Amino acid sequence: METSSVPAPVGGVPQALRGILPVLVALPVLLLLNWGMSGSPFATYLLSIIGVNVILAVSLNIVNGMTGQFSIGHAGFMAVGAYVAGVLSLTLKEVAISFLPVVVSDQIFLLLCLLVGGSAAALCGFLVGLPSLRLRGDYLAIVTLGFGEIIRVVVQNTDAFGRALGLSGIPQTSNLAMIGFWVFLVVLVARRIAGSSHGRSLWAIREDEVAAEAMGVNTTGYKVRAFVISAFFAGIAGGLFAHFVPIINPGSFTFVKSMEIVVMVVLGGLGSTTGAIVAAVFLTLLPEALRSAFTAMGAEGSLAQKVDQIRMPVYGLLLVALMLLRPQGLFGTREFWDVLPRWIARRRKGIQ
Amino acid sequence: MSQLLQHLINGLAAGTIYALVALGYTMVYGVLKLINFAHGDVMMVGVYMGYATAFTLGRQNQKTFLGVVLIFLVAMAGCALMGFIIERFAYRPLREKPRLTALITAIGISFALSYGFQLDIGFLPGAAPRAFPEVIRPNEWLIIGDRDVVVWNWQVMSLLIAVALMVGLQYLVFKTRFGRAMRAVSYDHRVAALMGIPTDRVIAVTFMISSSLAAGAGLLYAIKDTSVTPLMGLYVGLKAFVAAVIGGIGHVPGAVVGALMLGLVEEFVVGYAASTWRDAVAFAILILVLLVKPGGLFGRVAAEKV
Repeated sequence: METSSVPAPVGGVPQALRGILPVLVALPVLLLLNWGMSGSPFATYLLSIIGVNVILAVSLNIVNGMTGQFSIGHAGFMAVGAYVAGVLSLTLKEVAISFLPVVVSDQIFLLLCLLVGGSAAALCGFLVGLPSLRLRGDYLAIVTLGFGEIIRVVVQNTDAFGRALGLSGIPQTSNLAMIGFWVFLVVLVARRIAGSSHGRSLWAIREDEVAAEAMGVNTTGYKVRAFVISAFFAGIAGGLFAHFVPIINPGSFTFVKSMEIVVMVVLGGLGSTTGAIVAAVFLTLLPEALRSAFTAMGAEGSLAQKVDQIRMPVYGLLLVALMLLRPQGLFGTREFWDVLPRWIARRRKGIQ
Repeated sequence: MSQLLQHLINGLAAGTIYALVALGYTMVYGVLKLINFAHGDVMMVGVYMGYATAFTLGRQNQKTFLGVVLIFLVAMAGCALMGFIIERFAYRPLREKPRLTALITAIGISFALSYGFQLDIGFLPGAAPRAFPEVIRPNEWLIIGDRDVVVWNWQVMSLLIAVALMVGLQYLVFKTRFGRAMRAVSYDHRVAALMGIPTDRVIAVTFMISSSLAAGAGLLYAIKDTSVTPLMGLYVGLKAFVAAVIGGIGHVPGAVVGALMLGLVEEFVVGYAASTWRDAVAFAILILVLLVKPGGLFGRVAAEKV
């Protein structure tokens, strides 16, 4: 993405190619990472979870952070993506493209399933976005919560989705390269939106909806679009998640999951993409780190097992403490590189 | 026909409990414009306080009239104190901040309470459901026909309590000096302060009343349901909140009407369709009502100022 701000293409690179240049650069890196990590399954699993959480946090940040429409039903979109992609993947299990190696054909089908799942989630995002026509603030938050719960109940009562038992036997085709690719894509999209005139409209809605409307911003249109984009990526994240855990069930997509994502966005700073990434990585690694720390301290095994129990109350207290002490989150609306040079400059001043 | 009547009665009974919880939401929202997301969890803590009191009283004493009164008093007083503490340390510092910060804080408190109570460290009760003692013996109060329609004593009791509390609250808000202060704070708390109203005290007392209401409602619910879990507040609270919004949040009779409506609809869904759809129907009604009337059935939509 940074490469796109490089001045005039030097000779060769055509205008049309410049947009996808970062993708072309990222792909070999990701494949290399995938190949490098193939030896250690736990690290791969952890990185996959981190990737999925980053996609979720960055996508929620588009709605909650940039547009200021507080949505607390993100797990619902994730569920739609996971289930639609999962079901499609199960039906296509036996199919392969004959002239391609199995790995490649698997990835193509995975991509297809993800796109279908993401589109289904985007459709739901459109439906959820529509009430934002008339509702704002905490009312909208409650409606999104309601949608998330409705989706969960619908899934729980549909035979095709395995009811309360969920889906099992989804081919585990997702790998680090695929997850990394989508992480990369969602960050690219989020940053592109933030810098565009589209993004400026979202910021305007966030700061003052009435004033934005008075200035001629089509607030409804932008809000619905933000919801659609956000839901699409949440659906993708759900699809990726479904393709590396063996079983998905309605219990994975409750209100609690939504709140985890909200905590990530709030901790990182509402409106900061890099903040969302940092918070997602930090909060995903935190339980693991605590667990290994407890084990290393030689504490009895029970304490290490309790980490997962302690996590949720800690998240709750973290939200309260953040709102009281640092309501703008770690980064506020700034990005990582906005913070960095200032810090360096201060250091220099100190040295002189 | 008799089946319909029975569902009607059960629905009304379920609705009255939602109504009691919803009244607390509505009061706090009316004064502070804050959705107190932790209200349901305050209710849960109240139920545990009642449970602990009943446990200390012992099997013999907890069923006497005095014992029941003591259980209710301890739980309600304890919750009032907790409501005061939450307001003082979590919401008051955020009063001049955007409303979403307070909502996030409320969600945080709700999570800390409901999941904190699931830990089994120290005195905390752990995640397993506990059986609430049968402090009020369930009695068939009215039987029509050959047990076609049965009305239980606790159903009548909770209905009477809910109606009495609604009337009492309405009186408090519209006929007393404190109620006038509440309405003034609700209208504009800064100007109210200029007029010599102790806004902080009014808000704190509102919180205490609403929290003790929650505790009372929670005990009625626990006596009916006979089980106590740390997560009960999350869903009962959510339903009560839905009821308050349907009725128009901030409107006292609206909360009761919304809650009764919700209780009836849920009962009919469970009775005539499938019980697993119950939660979805509650939220579907909420969304439909909000789409048609964004302020709820009885609420008014305030024009947003620039």
